[in-house]
Amino acid sequence: MAKRVAIVGTGQTFHKSHRPDVNGQELINEAVRAALADSGLKMDDIDAVIIGNMDHFEGINYVDCWSVDGSGATMKPIFKITTGGTTGCTIAIGGYHLVASGAFDRVLVIGWEKNSESDTSGAITTAFDPVWDRLVFAGAISGLAAEAQAYMARYGATDKDGARVSVRDRKHALNNPHAQLRKEVTLDEVLASPMLADPIHLLDVCPRTDGACAVIMASEDVAEKICKSPDWIWGTGNRHPYAYLGDADYGRLTSMKRASTEIFKKAGIKEPRKQINVIELYQPYSFAGIIWIEDMGIVEPGKGAEYIGSGATDMGGELPINPSGGVISCNPIGATGLIRCAEAAMQVMGKAEGRQVPDVNFAVSTGFGGCWWTDMVLHGKKKPNY
Amino acid sequence: MADIFKGIEPMVYKSRISVPYHWWAGETASRFLVALRDEQKILGTRCAACNKTYLPPRKNCPLCFSASMEWMEVSNEGTVVTFTVARRQLASLPRKAPVIFAMIKLDGADTAILHYLDGVDPGRVKIGMRVKAKFSKDRGARMQDIECFVPKGE
Ligand SMILES: [Zn+2]
Repeated sequence: MAKRVAIVGTGQTFHKSHRPDVNGQELINEAVRAALADSGLKMDDIDAVIIGNMDHFEGINYVDCWSVDGSGATMKPIFKITTGGTTGCTIAIGGYHLVASGAFDRVLVIGWEKNSESDTSGAITTAFDPVWDRLVFAGAISGLAAEAQAYMARYGATDKDGARVSVRDRKHALNNPHAQLRKEVTLDEVLASPMLADPIHLLDVCPRTDGACAVIMASEDVAEKICKSPDWIWGTGNRHPYAYLGDADYGRLTSMKRASTEIFKKAGIKEPRKQINVIELYQPYSFAGIIWIEDMGIVEPGKGAEYIGSGATDMGGELPINPSGGVISCNPIGATGLIRCAEAAMQVMGKAEGRQVPDVNFAVSTGFGGCWWTDMVLHGKKKPNY
Repeated sequence: MADIFKGIEPMVYKSRISVPYHWWAGETASRFLVALRDEQKILGTRCAACNKTYLPPRKNCPLCFSASMEWMEVSNEGTVVTFTVARRQLASLPRKAPVIFAMIKLDGADTAILHYLDGVDPGRVKIGMRVKAKFSKDRGARMQDIECFVPKGE
């Protein structure tokens, strides 16, 4: 029987487009020290460490070994996990598995990225198969644009619907001192910004960011001794569809549907829209905010734009999405999924300060990878009844 | 937070490493590429149990992991499943922007392949339009032996 697992502390850097004041190890250290301070633990208390970032972004191979000066993992079990864009969420799931197994009581999870140290589009292109997909495709945006294009054709959405999501997240970012971009924009400004790949405008997409995040997980044997009201992990899901770009059903995120169906069934969530109080969605561009909440079962297929347009996902609405400002406001890729997890945990623990959603019982955080992967975590205030 | 850079002179250390890779295409892709180069035939593999024909061809069925895959020729004509127009000249973009990328489901295949779409104004591309492969004159057993897809003449 797996042990129940809770998040007992989180820490983040102040994310910026460039952090020339610190190297990678020092950036990691800022997040680790913040998470230790938040949980009231010392490095001695940590039994194992999981770390992750994007392959090729910093050109450093043995990140697990190289980072110990910042991570504090010297002579401790440390594991590197990297799964592309989903990395930050996969390391959270890895940390959950380590603690749930009973082998470790306190695990430190670290996601980090210094996006400013290389060519992001070039490095992302290495995610595509060299024989079949890489010769003609470049960067991440074209694939996302193809998804939006297919969705618009199928459901009649417009680029204005996409822009509305960007307006929401960029407004929410004003409440988050850790977000990189904190400037409100209007619908017209989004639509007037340069077209990158039809139908995606510059203000529809995420920036490149330097930043790190750390999360401390503890088993049910020690969690409540560390933190009076921790964030309990109710379920994790991880779905990667098959190999090539042309295999996906463009306009639907099948992996999100599978992961969320599995988790909600396990937790007995029948009406996610009513039972979940806040979502931190790994949403690298605006249209995903419409499409993927449909796949998560929040609203019916084709109804996402209307739901978002109604204000239901704004702060103060029925189901606020991305109170942190989301990925559109800040994207240190290897940390991004873990920031979603940390922000969801803060919401459950009542520690989200200016971006706190009242009375959070269930929160969802997700990770997304460019080859249409979904990783997902369900967070809850109560200890799971299984 | 603006003062975090105060008093710091950022020092940058530049990489001098260049790592050129070469990839072996493998037996499955090689068979496809040879047929493309020598006969201008587009081959997929089919899993009889799942009733699906995959393009690119697979050694194992991604759905049931069966290894008994059958080689099939698919058509060089198909339908645009989705597309985008890349407008920005990224260093990793091998052509001059704007470039139309299309996902094309060839007749007889159940999965799409990604390729360039030419011979049409970017503003006039439609999902569902019928297209045809244009083979390169200069062929080297690469995906670019299909130069691009073009609208099928009405
Ligand atoms: Zn099969």
